[in-house]
Amino acid sequence: MTTTATPPETPIVKEQKRSRLPKSARAGGTLHGGPLAYVILTVFTLVSLFPLVWTAIAASRDNQRLAENPPPFWFGSNLFKNLEIAWQDANLGEAFLNTTIVAGISAATIVVLSTIAGFAFAKLRFKGRNALMLLVIGTMMVPPQLSIIPLYMMVAKLDWTDQLQAVIFPSLVSAFGVFFMRQYLLQALPDEVIEAARVDGASSWRVVWHVVFPAARPAMAVLGMLMFVQAWNDFLWPFLVLTQTGNPTVQVAVAGLGRGYTPDQSLIMAGALLGTLPLLLVFAIFGKQIVGGIMQGAVKG
Amino acid sequence: MATRSDIAASPVKGGAAPGRTPGSPAGKEDRRRAKLSRRWQRDARWSPYAFVSPFFLLFAAFGLFPLIYTGWASLHQVELTAPTDMNWVGLKNYTRIFDDDFFWNAAQNTLTIGVISTVPQLMIAMGIAHILNYKLRASTFWRVAMLAPYATSIAAATLVFVLLFGRDYGMINWALGAVGIDPIGWQDDKWPGQIAVSTIIIWRWTGYNALIYLAAMQAIPQDLYESAALDGASRWRQFLHVTLPSLRPTILFTVVVSTIGASQVFGEPLLFDPNKGASGGAEHQFQTLGLYLYEQGWVNQHLGRASAIAWTMFAILIVIGIINQLISRRLRASS
Repeated sequence: MTTTATPPETPIVKEQKRSRLPKSARAGGTLHGGPLAYVILTVFTLVSLFPLVWTAIAASRDNQRLAENPPPFWFGSNLFKNLEIAWQDANLGEAFLNTTIVAGISAATIVVLSTIAGFAFAKLRFKGRNALMLLVIGTMMVPPQLSIIPLYMMVAKLDWTDQLQAVIFPSLVSAFGVFFMRQYLLQALPDEVIEAARVDGASSWRVVWHVVFPAARPAMAVLGMLMFVQAWNDFLWPFLVLTQTGNPTVQVAVAGLGRGYTPDQSLIMAGALLGTLPLLLVFAIFGKQIVGGIMQGAVKG
Repeated sequence: MATRSDIAASPVKGGAAPGRTPGSPAGKEDRRRAKLSRRWQRDARWSPYAFVSPFFLLFAAFGLFPLIYTGWASLHQVELTAPTDMNWVGLKNYTRIFDDDFFWNAAQNTLTIGVISTVPQLMIAMGIAHILNYKLRASTFWRVAMLAPYATSIAAATLVFVLLFGRDYGMINWALGAVGIDPIGWQDDKWPGQIAVSTIIIWRWTGYNALIYLAAMQAIPQDLYESAALDGASRWRQFLHVTLPSLRPTILFTVVVSTIGASQVFGEPLLFDPNKGASGGAEHQFQTLGLYLYEQGWVNQHLGRASAIAWTMFAILIVIGIINQLISRRLRASS
């Protein structure tokens, strides 16, 4: 296959733009931040992180200590005990497995379908293309919450309550995903590469497999992470069709812990902490790519 | 032969191709090649539709059809206990909810929570983005750190804030007490409750929006700043007269997205309720439309009425969409 143009490693628009400009020509973006900038950023970052750190602090205490003034500012000794109890009480083991299945299938399907559709919108010409693209963008404006009642009726009719497919099926498409992949492929996939493959006699499906997927890989990874986060944190719909004792996702389990009659706040915090840790880990490892993806999706939005 | 025009302009050619093939230089080619080329053309013509159809089919099944069917269900009496039994009642569901004080209360709360959460959120995000646009040490660290709230789910975030906003032992009232302010009943009183719910939303989304603004700021051509600087504009005036105008489409975009998000607020007021019900506080003081829909459908078990609420929300969103269109058209015309 032709490898005339390799796609950029990371889909961060910023870096490409910057490198093209001579240093002297950049006024706004190159000014060094003064001390005040760092002070403001530090405060903002502390406010962003504090509730998460405090979740861990509260989870490491006991209920009695949380009903005293002043509230605790440092860790106690009950963290692992509380995590263990919360893990069992909230059915978190099953919840993790369920959420991984749901979010994994949802993210993988969205990524593949969005890449194929995004390629068609970015690089192929066909009748009705612009109208269909407008339709995709229009669907981004319709919140899924407005469709839940008939979906719920469907689930009731199919007897899918407490079954994972009830959550998986409605989460298989994302208009944002199509839009995101289209924007990426517009700039990352040169027409010449597709033409070369076509001249070699490749069918459209072969082009998708051998040219589009390799070129789109960085964006597919980012979209996959964004969609995984979204599915992992999805609340309303799983809350309606799954129950804490049946077949919960993490969010259903954590919410169930909070809405149940556990009087022990430190246990609730332990559950909230457990439910959040996996994604915080993902962000700690792939933070740079996720930031790049969000900014990439935003530029032409 | 198969060059750019075939790939790039197949629809135009798609119509013209059948007439052209016989007359083209392919006239003497053997049948195998003609067959291949026919297959190739069919492929070029129809594969785009095959590529986009999975999205549209799934969207039709799980998005569009349910949305329309909600309208149909809103004209029926449907109970949660027997969701498949539908009795035609005309517009009765709509008159019922429009007569319900709690509907108007929820609509008002949705509006005020929307304003209290969106306006500060976007303003802070703009300021943070402006700072991030400087050359900074550890720029990746700041960006990732401010996304941590975005990684936190509504459920986890709200449960933590319930404790932080606790009246007797919460950290926030404790800090306020240190400066001489009496304990505030965040979960009991109207405005404190709405501010608390909005705080959770602001906390989760400010960093995300800051990144969106940052991306747009980095796309502003630098020569605009240079010429402003040559004209003697201070950095503040550059921000006002270069940055803000260039960001107008992005600002509109974030306003629309946040407005849609605000109209759907559900999990935060649900889990912030100390009584663990769906009324958004004992006096419905922070019940949003999303929560009201849930209460009607799943607590009071009137799915038909809940459908009417959903369609009313849909109508509101359409109005917002039209306003958005009008504004962005004006923006485009003026620039």
